[in-house]
Amino acid sequence: MMGGFITPFLINSAVQAITPILLAALAGTLCGRVGVFNMAMEGQLLVGAFAAVVGSFYTGSALGGVIVAIVATVGFSLILAYGATVFRGDSVVICIGMNLLASGLTAYLLRQMFGVSGTFSDPGIVGLEKIRIAAINTIPWIGWIFSRQTAITWLAWILTAIVTIVMFRTPLGLRLRGVGEDASAAETMGIDVTRYRVVTVLVAGALTGLGGAQLSLGTVSIFSEDMSAGRGWIAVVAVMLGRNHPLWAALACVLFGLADAFSVRLQGQGLPNQLTDVVPYVVTLIALVISHRRRRSRVSETITAHA
Amino acid sequence: MSGSARSSFRLPRIPAVPLAVLVGVVLGALLVLVSGGDPVAAYREILIGALAPANWPNTLNWAVPLVGMTLVAAIPLRGGMVNLGGDGQLVVGGLVAALVPLYLPGPGPLLTIVAIIAAMIAAGLYASIAAWGETRFGIPMLISSLLLSYPAIGVASYIVGFPLRDTTTGLAQTVMIPDAARLPTISGPLNVGLILMMIVAIAVVFYDRRTVGGYELRMRGLNAKFAGYGGVSLGPQTVRIMFASGAIAGLVGAIIVLGSQYRFQDGALLSPGYTWSGLMAALLAGGEPLGATGAGLFFAALQTGGFAMQRETAIPRVLTMVLQAIIILFLAIRHGVGRRAS
Repeated sequence: MMGGFITPFLINSAVQAITPILLAALAGTLCGRVGVFNMAMEGQLLVGAFAAVVGSFYTGSALGGVIVAIVATVGFSLILAYGATVFRGDSVVICIGMNLLASGLTAYLLRQMFGVSGTFSDPGIVGLEKIRIAAINTIPWIGWIFSRQTAITWLAWILTAIVTIVMFRTPLGLRLRGVGEDASAAETMGIDVTRYRVVTVLVAGALTGLGGAQLSLGTVSIFSEDMSAGRGWIAVVAVMLGRNHPLWAALACVLFGLADAFSVRLQGQGLPNQLTDVVPYVVTLIALVISHRRRRSRVSETITAHA
Repeated sequence: MSGSARSSFRLPRIPAVPLAVLVGVVLGALLVLVSGGDPVAAYREILIGALAPANWPNTLNWAVPLVGMTLVAAIPLRGGMVNLGGDGQLVVGGLVAALVPLYLPGPGPLLTIVAIIAAMIAAGLYASIAAWGETRFGIPMLISSLLLSYPAIGVASYIVGFPLRDTTTGLAQTVMIPDAARLPTISGPLNVGLILMMIVAIAVVFYDRRTVGGYELRMRGLNAKFAGYGGVSLGPQTVRIMFASGAIAGLVGAIIVLGSQYRFQDGALLSPGYTWSGLMAALLAGGEPLGATGAGLFFAALQTGGFAMQRETAIPRVLTMVLQAIIILFLAIRHGVGRRAS
C-alpha cells in the first residue's frame, strides 16, 4: 500500500527535510551525554537560519552564510554552555528563555536590518548548491536519496557517523560519557567536568548552526519568522526516543522525515494542509507512547532526573 | 570555576528581580542603540503607553489574557512541573467557547455561562492528557504538553477553515456569536472577563496559601520525593493540577472569544504570544501566584507600551519580547530561578 505513496521526489524531499532535525538531534545527544539537558534547539536552529541568511546576503556566498550561522549559533549557545554549568542555572528555564530570545531577537533584527516583517526573500541571498553526481542519479533508491542534496545534508550523515564513533570508540568519548554518567567520579579521574560540558555544548551549537543554515539556505533561500516551526522540538523528542544514542536518534529523525513526506503526499491527495501538517507531530507522539510503553518500569527514574 | 570561587563571586543581596529588570533594560537599550534607534525615546514611549492614565484600560485589557496564561504556567510550576502546552489548551477553549453559543439553543446569558464552563472543561481535559501520559506511561509532560498543541491547533484551524467556516468572509473563522451570548462590557475595551480573571487569580492565591491541596503542591515543588513519602499521591495530583492549569487556559480562550473577538478566528488567539509571555512571568516569580500575577501585569504593561513605542518611534515592539527573555535568562543564570530540588 505504501508503494504507491513513495516516489523518488518524495524520498528526496524527505532527506532534505531530515537534515536540520538530524543535526539538532546530534547536538541534543551530545549535550545529553555530558549531562546538560538541551531543549533550546528550536531557538538555536532559528538563530542559525537567520544568521545564515544575513551572512549569505552580505558576503554574497553560501559558504559565508554557513560560517556566520555557525559562529552566531555557537555564540548564542554560550548562554546554555555557561548558564547550565558554571552558573548552575536550571537548564529547562534557560532553554525556554533561549527559545524566546531567539524568536524575539531574530524578528527584531529582521525588521531593523532588512525593514521587513514576516518573510525576507531577496535575490541577494545565495542558496546552498545542490551536489549532483551523474553516476548515481539514475540508480533507483540510491539516486533518489543522494542526488541533488546540499553539502550540509551529506555532512550531517557523515557527522552522525563521526559522533557515534567518537562517542563509543575513543578515549575522548569515554570521558564525555563519564562526565554525563557520574560527574564526581569523572572529576576524581582528573577530568575537568565543567570544561568538557562547556565545549560539548558549544560544539553542539555549531551542529545546530549548520542545521539552521540548511533550513534557510538549503531549499528556499529565505528567512521567515519562527521558521524552525517545531523542528527543534522534534529533535528533542528524537534524542529522547534514541536515549541519547546518535544512531537511534538519527533513526527517529528518519521516522519523522518519512511522516513529513507522507503528510506532503496526503496533501497531494487533496487533504487540507491544516490536517496533514499535524501528521508528523501525531507520529512523534505515537512513537513516544510506544517507546515508553515498553520501558515503563525503568522510566520513572529518568523523569525525576529530567524534571 | 570551582565551588568556592563561585560563592565569593555572589553579588551582595540586591533583590534579584529588580536587578534582572535593570539588566534587561540596559541590554535592550544597547540593542536599540546598535540598530540605530534612540533608547531613551523608546523607553519613554513604553512608559507613557503603558502607564499614562488614559492608557490604563488598554493595559488592563491586555493583562487579562496574559495574567490568565501566567496562572496557567504558575500552577504546575509551583509543584515543579512545566506546562508548555498553553497554546493548544487556549485554542481548544476558544473554539469550544465559540461553538457552544453558535450551535446550542438557549437564552443568551445562560449560553455564555455554559460556553465558559464547557471551554474550561474541554481545555482542562486536553491538558490532562499530557499528565495522564506521564503518570501512566512515563512520557515527560514537559515535551508531550508542547507536542499536543500542534494537533489541537491544526484541527481547530481545519474546523474553522472548512466545515464550520463563515463563508461570507474570506478568512478562516466562525460566524459572529449572537449579541446576547457575548460577555457584557464594563467600559471601553474592558469586559466582564476582567472580573472573572480577578476572581480566578484570588482563588489561585487562596488555594496556594490556605488549602491542603496548595500546601501539598508547594511541598512537591520543594521536594517531590518528600511529598510522596509524606502521603501525597503524586499521580492524581499531576492530573488534577494539569486539569486546573488547562481549565484556566480554556477560560482565557473563552474570555477572548466571548469578550472581544466575538468569533473564533484562525491564529488570532496565538499571535499575541500570551502563552509564552505568561510562562516567563510565572518563571519570574518562581510559580508563586501573587508574584506571578504581578509579573504578568508588568509584562502586560511592557507589551502595551511596546505598541506605543512602535507607533511613535518605529522601533519594532517585538523588542519587549527580547527584554522579557533577557530578564528570565538573567534570573535563571544568576539566581537559579526555577532550580528544582534534586
